[in-house]
Amino acid sequence: MSATIDFIIDDKEIQGRPGQTILEAAQQNGIYIPRLCYREGLVPHGSCRICTVLVNGRPQSACTQPIAPGMIVENDTEKMNGLRRNIIDMLFVEGNHFCMFCEKSGNCELQALAYRLGITAPKYPYMFPKRDVDATHPDIFIDRNRCILCGRCVRASRDVDGKHIFEFVGRGPHKRVEVNAEANLADTDISMTDEAVEACPVGALLKKRVGYAVPIGQRLYDHKPIGSDIESGVAPASSR
Amino acid sequence: MSENLGAAVKEICRAHGHDRTRLMDIVRAVQEQFGCVSGEAMELIAKAVSVHRVEVDSVVSFYAFLSDRPKGKVVIRVCDDIINRMHGADRVAQAFADELGIEVGQTTPDGTITLEYTPCIGMCDQAPAALVNDVVVTDLHRTTARQIVQELRRHLDPRRLVRKLGDGNNAHELVQAMVVNNIRKPGPVIFSPVNRGEAIKKALAMSPVEVIRAVKTSRLRGRGGAGFPTGMKWEFTRGAPGTKRCVICNADEGEPGTFKDRVILTERPDRVFAGMTIAGYAIGADEGILYLRGEYAYLRAFLEDVLQKRRDENLLGNKICGKEDFNFDIRIQMGAGAYICGEETALISSCEGLRGDPKNRPPFPAQKGYLEHPTVVNNVETLGCVTKILEDGPATFNEYGSEGSSGTKLLSISGDCRSPGVFEVPFGITLNEVLRLAGAGDAYAVQVGGPSGQMVSRDEFGRSICYDDLATGGSLMVFGLDRNVLEIADAFLDFFIEESCGYCTPCRVGNVLLKERLGKILAGKGEPSDLKYLQELGETVKLMSRCGLGQTSANPILTTLKNFRSVYDALVKEATDGLQPSFDIHAAMSESEKITGRKSVHFLA
Repeated sequence: MSATIDFIIDDKEIQGRPGQTILEAAQQNGIYIPRLCYREGLVPHGSCRICTVLVNGRPQSACTQPIAPGMIVENDTEKMNGLRRNIIDMLFVEGNHFCMFCEKSGNCELQALAYRLGITAPKYPYMFPKRDVDATHPDIFIDRNRCILCGRCVRASRDVDGKHIFEFVGRGPHKRVEVNAEANLADTDISMTDEAVEACPVGALLKKRVGYAVPIGQRLYDHKPIGSDIESGVAPASSR
Repeated sequence: MSENLGAAVKEICRAHGHDRTRLMDIVRAVQEQFGCVSGEAMELIAKAVSVHRVEVDSVVSFYAFLSDRPKGKVVIRVCDDIINRMHGADRVAQAFADELGIEVGQTTPDGTITLEYTPCIGMCDQAPAALVNDVVVTDLHRTTARQIVQELRRHLDPRRLVRKLGDGNNAHELVQAMVVNNIRKPGPVIFSPVNRGEAIKKALAMSPVEVIRAVKTSRLRGRGGAGFPTGMKWEFTRGAPGTKRCVICNADEGEPGTFKDRVILTERPDRVFAGMTIAGYAIGADEGILYLRGEYAYLRAFLEDVLQKRRDENLLGNKICGKEDFNFDIRIQMGAGAYICGEETALISSCEGLRGDPKNRPPFPAQKGYLEHPTVVNNVETLGCVTKILEDGPATFNEYGSEGSSGTKLLSISGDCRSPGVFEVPFGITLNEVLRLAGAGDAYAVQVGGPSGQMVSRDEFGRSICYDDLATGGSLMVFGLDRNVLEIADAFLDFFIEESCGYCTPCRVGNVLLKERLGKILAGKGEPSDLKYLQELGETVKLMSRCGLGQTSANPILTTLKNFRSVYDALVKEATDGLQPSFDIHAAMSESEKITGRKSVHFLA
């Protein structure tokens, strides 16, 4: 096997290494493919579908699809970005996302992606589901209103923290993240330093009492769109 | 009780070797014995098989037949797919409810009987039907529903509800079901008589590579719907690196309107098991799994017996038919009510004791499938064809069917027709001919391939059933002139919403949104722009979803928009007053009016 794999993203010739996914190879070449459930260091999940690209005309999630010689990938096209906007809209109306009083605002990947792709308001009707908040733990809380079911906490806790505190239960529209206890987060052995807590892209899993330590206006995506670091080659390690 | 539970769970887990990959069997056994898998049981199971409690919860909460809250000793599940509803399932359910004094979804106060709805149980040709625990009751009407409740009140033994046995093996002492086969047109492949052992002996006289070549020469393609060439699938699996290989037979027949696999398993199980064994020989597998949908649990004892007979005759087990180094056996994995498990990677997840979430591809099952071993997953009917190909040779098989689609296809036909049942027809047959066979010459629309397939209108009845035209797993639901295709599409959306695993966004959310907008149109509040909205949303679900379920779940909308546009057009109208017809100002105000205790002065009209 050759040391590099040549392929094309949006008319640009790209070189990647064998074993890389499309998303990884793109990122290494300064190309940002929008994503939500992907987080560096975690097993790709392929669930949010935002990183979907066309590979030789067929839709594939860039975070799970390995690169292959000569493949032609369509990423930053009006068609794909339109489909991504639809997915982001779906996530917004599926939960209860009120950016104006969410302490994650400015650091939220969902919000940042919406801005990057030019969404001002979702076009689908809000579902206003009834979801609960688990504030039983002294240091950490879960607000399921904001959960987008990306599974980053599930994977981080299982594979990085070695605790398996979170898991999906239920199916279809009843699917939700549950904790490994009879009832509440307080009954688990989660701690402030767990990777799981850092992994949440939205305001569903948060540390208490530090919500506004960084003021609005000085947050991650306040001045530059999400993905800018990848595009400017500043920080190939993308998401935090 | 708790001590009982503790001892029982311990015993169940021990019987399954404390193996976390057998979690499906473990939770099913606990459910059967205790009527639920309670939080306490989850804790005990988790300890015994060394997983986290929430992982057990994850599995239990996924499958419709499992529950963390107690259900009645007897659970009545009335099938509410569209065909059953057309035949009066709602009236039957109401009769059950009235007689029980509860509503659908509830359990009687004494905790004995639970009443639920369930999606297609594979009995559309004898609808309305229901499951009473594992026992199937068919051709129900209000009176029989009431009688069933009265009887159950006396003895709580569903088996005693069966008085008249069905035909063929339905009357077998290990089946004892009132189910009938309704084989309306037996054909030369699947329903031809089986000479037990013949195909295997012929296969074993060849090398595995020659067997694969024979299957390739036959041009056999998967009968489940996707139509992948079977020989090629086997070749990939045989060539994939791995120390162990596996053959899985997909008997999770869940596509609404399909029931042909039930009839094959009832009347020709040997054909299927022989096909699995031949596949095992061809790819170098020693393990076979029949994944049997939970709804067909009534066939389990019978199928286990067939397997045992095959072992006794050395058609399974070690050194099959004296062939050195060919060891192969089959176990039955029961499902527990999840349509998604018919998707091959979801099925593999389920066999591994996990939620029935599909897996990311690549790797494909042929590379890394069951427990990461190279795995072949074939449909019941496909494996039945394999046996016939080995019996008669690929050339004979090739004589049946059409240019690009060799062999015969089993169709399950139901709905508005005089002869619902199973038809074995050669590929290439037109829809018109099929409808004539089933006594449905005056059909208005046919759903080909179940909800995930397409709604075909009368002007397309000249199309033929084959891989190059109307490809189908075999479900044909016939609708007469008085049926509303949009209401049918709406029912199909309900089905996909409930059966989505919820893993990926477009399928989990998109279908709920499709239903909302279709509901608006059905309520007479639709605008022309809603049709564009449905089209775009449907295409997003189709393109962006992760697995076959999601990618086809918008088809009820997309294919009716395409083939029954006039029905939509007749329902939508441009608002002339500049207002949004869907916005009901009075409904929107009702909550605040309730709080303030007065009617809004602006909107009194």
